[in-house]
Formats: sequence, C-alpha cells, structure tokens
Amino acid sequence: MDGEELTEQETALYDRQIRVWGVDAQRRLSKAHILVSGMKGTVVEFCKNIVLAGVGSLTLVDSREVTEEALSANFLIPPDENVYSGKTLAELCCDSLKDFNPMVRVSVEKGDISSFGGDFYDRFDVVVISSCSFATKKLINEKCRKVSKRIAFYTVDCRDSCGEIYVDLQNYTYSKKKLDETDECQLQYPSFEEAVTIPWRALPKKVTKLYLAMRVIERFEEAEGRNPGEISIADLPGVLKLKKELCEAQSFNESHVPDALLERLVSDTSEFPPVCAILGGILGQEVIKAISGKGDPLKNFFFFDAIDGKGIIEDISNPNPGS
Amino acid sequence: MASHQRSPAIKGAKVLMVGAGGIGCELLKTLALSGFEDIHIIDMDTIEVSNLNRQFLFRQSHVGQSKAKVARDAVLRFRPHISITSYHANVKDPDFNVDFFKQFNVVLNGLDNLDARRHVNRLCLASDVPLVESGTTGFLGQVTVHVKGKTECYECQPKPTPKTYPVCTITSTPSKFVHCIVWAKDLLFAKLFGDKNQENDLNARSSNAASSSQQAEDVFERQNDEGIDEYAKRIYDHVFGYNIGVALSNEETWKNRNRPKPLYSRDVFPEEPSQQNGNMDKNCATDDPLSVSAMASLGLKNPQDIWSLLENSRIFLEALKLFFGKREKEIGNLSFDKDDQLAVEFVTAAANIRAASFGIPLHSLFEAKGIAGNIVHAVATTNAVIAGLIVIEAIKVLQRDANNYRMTYCLEHPSRKMLLMPVEPFEPNKSCYVCSETPLLLEVNTHRSKLRDFVEKIVKAKLGMNCPLIMHGPALLYEVGDDLDKDMAANYAANLEKVLSELPSPVTGGTMLTVEDLQQEFTCNINIKHREEFDEEKEPDGMLLSGWTQAPRVEKDDNKTVGNGGSSTSNASSAMPVEAEEDDDIEFVPTGKKRKVGEISKATNPNLSDVADDDVLVMLDGENLDINKKKKLQ
Ligand SMILES: [Zn+2]
Repeated sequence: MDGEELTEQETALYDRQIRVWGVDAQRRLSKAHILVSGMKGTVVEFCKNIVLAGVGSLTLVDSREVTEEALSANFLIPPDENVYSGKTLAELCCDSLKDFNPMVRVSVEKGDISSFGGDFYDRFDVVVISSCSFATKKLINEKCRKVSKRIAFYTVDCRDSCGEIYVDLQNYTYSKKKLDETDECQLQYPSFEEAVTIPWRALPKKVTKLYLAMRVIERFEEAEGRNPGEISIADLPGVLKLKKELCEAQSFNESHVPDALLERLVSDTSEFPPVCAILGGILGQEVIKAISGKGDPLKNFFFFDAIDGKGIIEDISNPNPGS
Repeated sequence: MASHQRSPAIKGAKVLMVGAGGIGCELLKTLALSGFEDIHIIDMDTIEVSNLNRQFLFRQSHVGQSKAKVARDAVLRFRPHISITSYHANVKDPDFNVDFFKQFNVVLNGLDNLDARRHVNRLCLASDVPLVESGTTGFLGQVTVHVKGKTECYECQPKPTPKTYPVCTITSTPSKFVHCIVWAKDLLFAKLFGDKNQENDLNARSSNAASSSQQAEDVFERQNDEGIDEYAKRIYDHVFGYNIGVALSNEETWKNRNRPKPLYSRDVFPEEPSQQNGNMDKNCATDDPLSVSAMASLGLKNPQDIWSLLENSRIFLEALKLFFGKREKEIGNLSFDKDDQLAVEFVTAAANIRAASFGIPLHSLFEAKGIAGNIVHAVATTNAVIAGLIVIEAIKVLQRDANNYRMTYCLEHPSRKMLLMPVEPFEPNKSCYVCSETPLLLEVNTHRSKLRDFVEKIVKAKLGMNCPLIMHGPALLYEVGDDLDKDMAANYAANLEKVLSELPSPVTGGTMLTVEDLQQEFTCNINIKHREEFDEEKEPDGMLLSGWTQAPRVEKDDNKTVGNGGSSTSNASSAMPVEAEEDDDIEFVPTGKKRKVGEISKATNPNLSDVADDDVLVMLDGENLDINKKKKLQ
C-alpha cells in the first residue's frame, strides 16, 4: 500500500468502483497513461469508460475531419456544423471527454499514428488502436514491444454487428484470488504478427469463424490498398476468391469460413452502436485489469457477434513458442 | 442486421425505459445512437456524487436534479431531432397504469429493486407489452426477455427473500462482523436516536429477570442533570460492559462458543476520556447536519483505515456527543442513512467495539458503510455492456424475432470460452401465480392472525401489491383507495384489527380469498389452510405461503457442469437475483444452479449452426461473487 492516499474527492467519486476493485487498483489507475487512435464509436465508448474509471491521462489521436459516418455511433459530438467545422475528430472528442471527469487529463496528439517513434510510445502504459490497416497494426505493435517498459497493446474493430478485440500484454504477471489464497499467474502473449500468421490448421479446434473471416477481410483490404472499412458488397467476389486461395494455400477446409459471414462483413461496414457499447465495455474492463494487475486478463482475442449473442475468448497463440 | 438505424421497426417504435441510473444512462445513449426516435423515461431519483463515476450523462453541477430530466437533456445534445419524454416520478404512481403502458411497443428496465421490477412485470403482463429486464453488480450482469405467453415472466421463478438473522445471533451471539453491524444499526442506533415507540430487542437477552422492562428502558434515557460526557460513557459501559457481563452469566450459551469480553470505558481509555475530547470546533464551519463528523473532530482522515479499539471507542463517544450537541432536534426521528456521515461513524465504531468484545476482526469505516448501507458494487463498463445487450434484445422483440430471443449473462470469468453467454429463454412457468392463474396456499392460524398481518406480511411484502383489494367470495374485506367513503374506510380499518376467523365473512380453513391489485391489474387466489403452531425462528411471520413452485425442467443426464459442483439439485431457482436496495442498479447474479438450454432453432439462422450443437447444461459459478457482501441485512 505505497504511494499517496486518494483524496477525499476521489474517494467520494469512485466509492462504488473502489468497492469492486479496491483502493490499490484505483491508485494505479490514477497513474496510468493511455493512448487511443481512431475515434469511432467503439473507441469513444472505451474512452468514456476509462475516463469515468479515473485513469491518469488519456491522449487521443485522429486527425480526420467529421463525416456523417464518423458521427453515426459517436455520442461525443453534437451534429452541428457550427460546432464541428474546422476541428479534427480527436479535438472534438477531447472537448467532450474532459467534461466527464475533471480529474483525468485528456489531450490530443496531432499527426499520423504510424509516424510516431519509440520515445513517443514510451510515455504510455496502454495503447489502443482502431480503424487501422493490417500493416499499421503490426507496425505499432512492434514499436510498443521495442519500448523497454511493458506497454499493454490492444486493437479493437467493429464491423456491422460483429466485433474483435486483440490483446498483447507480452510477458504478464498478475495475481489471482482463489478462495483465500492469492496465486501469482504468468501469461505469455504472441505479437499481433505472430498470432495472425499461425497456420489455420494449427488453430484451436472450433475456433470462431469470425476470427477467420476477419483475417480474410484484413488481407483483402491490404492487398487492394484500401483503408480499413473501405469495402462494399461489390467486393464480395474478390473476397471469396481470396478466401479460397488462403484456404487452399493452408490446406484448410473452406467451409470453416462461411460465405454468408463474409457477405455480412462486406455489405455494411458501419458500426452497430450496441456492439460498440459491448466492445467498449469489455475493452475498458480489460484495460482496468491490465493496469491494476488484478483478475484474469483476456488472452488474446475477443469476439462478439450480435446474431448469436456470444462473447467469446479465443487463445490464438503458438502452443510451442520458440520451437 | 445491416443498417439498423434505418429499420422501420426501430424508427417507429415507442419505447418506455424505467430507470435512469447506471444502466439507464448507458441505455438511453445506445438507444438514441441506434436510431430510436421516441423514448419515454421514468426515474424518481435525483443525482448524487457517487453516481458520477458511471452515470456519464450527469455532471457535478447536476447533483440534486432529476435523473430522468438531466439524462434526456444530455442525450438530446447529440441527437437533437429525436423525442425523449422524461418523468421525474415513481413508476408505481397510479398515472403509470395499464393504459399508459399500452402505448409502448417494448418496456426496458434498468431498475434497482425487486419491488419496482415486480410492479413493472405485472403491468407489462396486464398490458401485453414485452419487457426486457436487466441488472448488474460489479463485473456481473444479466439481460432477460419476457414476452407474455412466449417466455417466462420476471416472477416465474421465486426470488430469494432478503437475508435475515435470528434475533439471538444479533443480540447475544454474533459470530460475524455483519451481525455486529446489524446490532449497531438496527438496535443500538435505533434505540438511541430513533423512534422511542418502536419495538427494539436491544436489551432482550441482557436484562435479567429481576429488572422490569421499564427499568431497562430508562438506561438509555439521558437524565435531566446528566452531563453529556457522563451519559456517553454510561451508554458505552452499559452496552459493551454490563450487558456482556449479564450475557456471560448464562453459562449454557457459552458451552460451545468463545466467551466475549466485557469492555468498560475505564479499561479502554488509558486516561480520563474527557481529556481526549475531540475538537468540536472543527465542525463549526458548517451548518449542514450531514457533514458533522466525529472523524473530523478527532483528526482521523482515511476511511480505509481500520481503527484500534481505542480509536473506535473515541469515535463512539464523540459521535454520541455530537448527536446530542449538534443534532439534538433530530433525535427520536433518526433512521440510519448511509449518506449520514455521523451515523456511519457511530455505527462503524459501535460495531467494531462489539466485534472486539466477541473476538471478531474489525473493519474500516469504508467497509462498514458498505455493509450497513447495502451499497451496490457498480462499474461503468458492465452497465455499458448490459445496455448494448438490452438494445439487441429490444430490436429482436420489435422485429418479432421470437426464435432468437436470448437471456444473456455477463460473466467475470469465462465459461466455455464465453464472457457473454446467451441462453435460450424458458417457457412460462405453469404454476407461476403471476402469469398463470394458479392459486397459492396460505397456512395460517385463523384464530390468531389478524387481517392486518395478512395484508402487511403476505399481500404487500410477499405478493408485492400496492393497492390491494381482498375478497372472500362476493364479500369485500379490505381495499385501498382515495375515493372510499367514510363508512367503508372505517369498516376496513375495523376489519384490519380482527382475526381472520372473526371477520364479517369469516376466513377459516378451506376458504379461498381473492386478492387483487387494481393498478397492476393483477389478481390471484389464495387457499387458506388453518394451522395452530408456527416455529418462531423459522416462520417469524406466523404464516407460510406456498404453492408457488418452480416448473419441473427436464435435465439432461450428463456432467457438463461448470463451477461449484456440489449443488446439483434443481429445486431452487437458478439465476437468483441478489437483492440490494440502494440508489442503483443491482440484481440478478447468476449463482450456482443449473439451467437447461433448450434446442436453439438452427433452421432459422444459418450462422447459428456452428455454435448450437452442444446442448449444454449451463452452470454459473457463484463462488467468486462475494454475494455475502451484498445481501440485505435485515
Ligand atoms: Zn410468471
């Protein structure tokens, strides 16, 4: 129980959550620095949760201007041109988020997320990126991994009524309460690149089809040089062709990647707000766990599909690392 | 699923939300973003500081204002063109009757108490409007769908009754800290500062046979010439010293128990406590009675610290003095309130001193406040997830997609890889007294129990009725209403005081009573069975209501269970709500009982084919839920 005590104001504001995760966790939260990129619905939900939880600081990156699509699942920005014209998404979200909790420093970092160097990432304990290309995800994950301290890295994406969270905590030790004892647990996470290059045949049996479908879409957008989400029903034949190739190259049964699912993922790429809330909630919980070192963290993918209503954890890692 | 926002089922829907708290704020936001354009929201509460960590539509500057109204204004800022109607009112108000409910396509609950949930359930049944019900506590949550005739209603499964403790455990033989809290709050605090006419068991076991009850009463009265220091110490010595001493004299009690240690102020304080007086001046800065604090006057700051016996004793005396010094006018009318700092300090200190006497570990003020106030554990993330799930179910209800209704559990630890676990809803319980017409059975001593007992303990407390009307055949025995004429009202008042068998239309074994709530448009029949004797400890009501059994459910004979395997019986309810009455959302926590997941219809949805193949017995692990902390104390 080192470190300074919580102020009276903090104790009053955070009373209900301290009863869930304890004073110690609350203190750690108040010293944590979070970076997010891609201010769409899911990330906005996450930001709200983490600002309410009382992190030390939150830095937003998104230099895009407001579009109708960007507003569709975003409750931080009033749909009033007089308010939003001339400002970036990050700036607008920052203005609103500051209001949620005066004890959290919310700020904007201008520029392109992939151009920042290692010393930039060094300032953060948690990095969350969304609406990024395959290449950018890999790049930033690698940058975070090269920083000497451990950065908890997450990607989160919502397409239509489906969502995916990826988690990289590298080497992670945490305490787990079992009845009256507290166990030390250790987890070893693969990098994003290591995870997604695991041959499909080596994946856990009955791995969710959403994992596979998301990889096909990711590769398709990468090969076509598209921005994330820049895809439509017209692309379906191309996507199905790529799926066939990927499956054949890995001698993998094509039926595990249903065409109907791919069709859903290409035909509407806008975020479904209830799914944003669910993903943003789960992600918020995971980040709180990682900062506080309490509770089983997710390893290493989470999927949600509103059609079946399941929120599933998949461990996509090489069973024999280093071999 | 594409383009929900533009779906006519959503756009044209008229939705009623009950509750604008933790779940409510999230839900209103998600509904608005999802394209709902006509939302009505009811909440009787005003905003408090401890709401702000998760009820994100509210700011510090809103404290004291109507939750429903502030939530409405906040959401209209980012969706100015939709219609939101707010009601700062209790959902149990007569205005919200069946006709009111009938105008909605679906009702969404984000409530915090069993009573209101049952009330809304009945109105939804009576008006035939589907209900999506929800609850969260900590990282756990649940969403269920209730559609009349298709799925079970909210009351198809019995809800557990609030936890109560035997009187003698509280008055004589506490073994847990919670027993000390109940003693400090419901007995000592109530005795000293509450209504003097209220029955109180504080001295029940400690006054020996010789002293009359009148004498025992006087102990707690401050004498006219008695100084406040003297009085405070006398109370301390009486309840922690003398009473324990008296209890110790009953050897039988302590045969198999650790003997408590009587504590007298002269032993606890190293010197005269009057020289250790707190600095009351620290409390002079403010006139707000709720901010008077013994901690402040003694210079204790951290509510997380566990005080020593000496510190607790100082707080006890100081708090008692402050009540008499600063808040004398309220004495006689006080009831414990978790937001009353001085009351929390007094109860914490008293509970800790008693705990010390009985060898029970002491607790911090923060912990004691949580136990005494039944404070709900709540975080924003779970509420956000649950609100998302509510909207998904609401849309299915509006699209009449009955085959895909699900109840969903939000878990803290994954079960079968799932953090969010959907389960097919159950069919209505054919013996549910609420949604079927099955009569209940009441065993009662018809020569001893009064109509008042029946109204209070059964009709109101057990059946959750607001405005009951009781009939025996064509004879009206009792009714509630503003428009009763004088004679009728006098008649009913007289009936209340009569024992059942002596009512104008006598109620005896074999009688069937009809009980109706006009507002809820809910009727049920109760068969009366006469019984002479009742066990005082186990059946404190002196009545036993039954006949409300769970429908038998087919169980699969396999061992696919997760969690605490010991409890494999299927009688008790699954998915038990844990009730905590506070200002916020709480409720059902899945506990360790089986629920059978039925056949998920695969034909209607090809995407389900891969996941529906294992017809599973789901058992949710209640082990780690810390439910004890949230139980209602009394
Ligand atoms: Zn029912």
